[in-house]
Amino acid sequence: MIKLNYIIETKGALMETIEVKICSGTTCFVMGSSFLNELYELIPQKYGEKVSVTQSLCLGQCSKQDTHSNAPYVKVADTIISEATVEKVLAEIEKRVNKNE
Amino acid sequence: MNNNSQSIHIKRDILIRLVKAFDSDNFEKNVAKIPFDMRPKGADVPYRCCIYKEREIIKDRIIADLGFALEPLDESERLDEMAADSLQRKTIEENPLTVIDAACKGCVPSRVYVTDLCQGCVARACEKACKFGAITIAGGKSHIDPSKCKNCGMCINACPYNAIVRLIVPCEQACPIGAISKGENGTATIDFEKCISCGKCVAACPFGAVNEKSHIIDVLKAIKDGKKVVAMFAPAIAGQFPGSIFQLKSAMKKAGFFDVLEVAQGADITTKKESAEFVERIEHGATFMTTSCCAGYNNFIAKHLPEIKPFVSDTKTPMYYTAEIVKQKYPDAISVFISPCVAKRKEVQANENVDYVLNADELGAIFVGRKIEILEMEDTQYDYDSSKQARNFGVTGGVAAAVNSLLDDEEKANAYVIDGLTKDSIKQLKKYAKDGCCADGNLVEVMCCEGGCIGGNSNIASPKIAKKIINSLLEKSNDLK
Repeated sequence: MIKLNYIIETKGALMETIEVKICSGTTCFVMGSSFLNELYELIPQKYGEKVSVTQSLCLGQCSKQDTHSNAPYVKVADTIISEATVEKVLAEIEKRVNKNE
Repeated sequence: MNNNSQSIHIKRDILIRLVKAFDSDNFEKNVAKIPFDMRPKGADVPYRCCIYKEREIIKDRIIADLGFALEPLDESERLDEMAADSLQRKTIEENPLTVIDAACKGCVPSRVYVTDLCQGCVARACEKACKFGAITIAGGKSHIDPSKCKNCGMCINACPYNAIVRLIVPCEQACPIGAISKGENGTATIDFEKCISCGKCVAACPFGAVNEKSHIIDVLKAIKDGKKVVAMFAPAIAGQFPGSIFQLKSAMKKAGFFDVLEVAQGADITTKKESAEFVERIEHGATFMTTSCCAGYNNFIAKHLPEIKPFVSDTKTPMYYTAEIVKQKYPDAISVFISPCVAKRKEVQANENVDYVLNADELGAIFVGRKIEILEMEDTQYDYDSSKQARNFGVTGGVAAAVNSLLDDEEKANAYVIDGLTKDSIKQLKKYAKDGCCADGNLVEVMCCEGGCIGGNSNIASPKIAKKIINSLLEKSNDLK
């Protein structure tokens, strides 16, 4: 962790913020996205400015045939997570944070 | 309540498919295909022993969603025929719940059980703790004689290894009045004489075996037939969807509803009448009064505690007054109550002004099936501006606070809130009824669900989020005068 902080301070410009978008489209909400809301507190707490988390309008994932079954969706950078849970999203962020490091 | 389990995910998935099938060119055929669409040939079998059983259970869930009871059926029914029947139905089923026998795991009976963690220790605290001589040590391990065990749990507390546990049957554990239990074949059976339709078993069953008999087809059909279908949504529903209640109104109108009213409008009437009633009762020497707007509580009183009736407010529920307004405004309307709970289905049956009930998740399924993005909707205003107090009726403490808001300082009630009907709070209520007084306060608000209606079994949003959404609405609302 100490090493990470050092990198942010000195090479801040090189660090890319990982964008997390939680879909709040109707389908995702009906399929349980409100249970992901703790991410809005958890992510800044855990990752500070390295990761941003925002509520998003429909990400368009559910428009295909029957794909409502796999909602809720969360986008971490360019990766779409289906049947998203807090744990799944954190695992994906962790993977990327480690890669950036 | 845990409204985020995988079984609820499946339940909503099916409802959405049902709406899509209804909107398709061949409802009956496409309904019959749902089990095969969800578990196609060669698909993974995530939960049950085989794909055939998974499909069978999906079929049973669809039958309940079509509005039928499963108890009288014998598995020979064809889904396409059931779907056709659902379109012909004129009346709704009496009891709101039905158990899917095939989905019920038939959990082992509730009992105290010695696990493998038992070390066969020298202390033998369990043997000493048991007052009924049910525990013996044999082969280096404790054994419980089921014929002597009284399920008291003393051995559980005594064991230094936490090796003794109580096995529970979740539905039995959740039911506050012992109306659901394992029947002769080991699967859950509801005693409808006792059942208060609170819905706690629906949320508690880890196998999703207790289902509501939905009115979704009846509502969709009424809309399709061009009837004036008017929705009135409970205050708790305001917290179940993304976007504001003004966007929600637009979304519901897009889904086909002719008009949309907040039940908070009726809650304003309830508050006014109930606060006047409270003052009058206290003036006439009453020691306490309980609220009367929770349908689960009302069902409980009728079936299990009629003795408390003299202490219960005579004021009608917000739904009652709202439905009256709807039928005055639109005498030819089909009115639909949008509900966070099962119990309201019972209240609706007794109210000629309300025709159908949709749950939050059923309404959500209609939005998804009809591709309605609530957050992209324009605002639509309501004819009546409901008060802040009324809009908070669905949150525990909200009703008592509303009543108190209209009372002068010297009249203010000493409010006490029963936050959830449980075996313990039922004991409390029985005591109030027996003693004819309540030491905890003179205005007792009773909510069957923990957290209030936002804790209802058929909600979409987590209670925490629902409360947050409702609070942001309250900030923009005016005080009741």
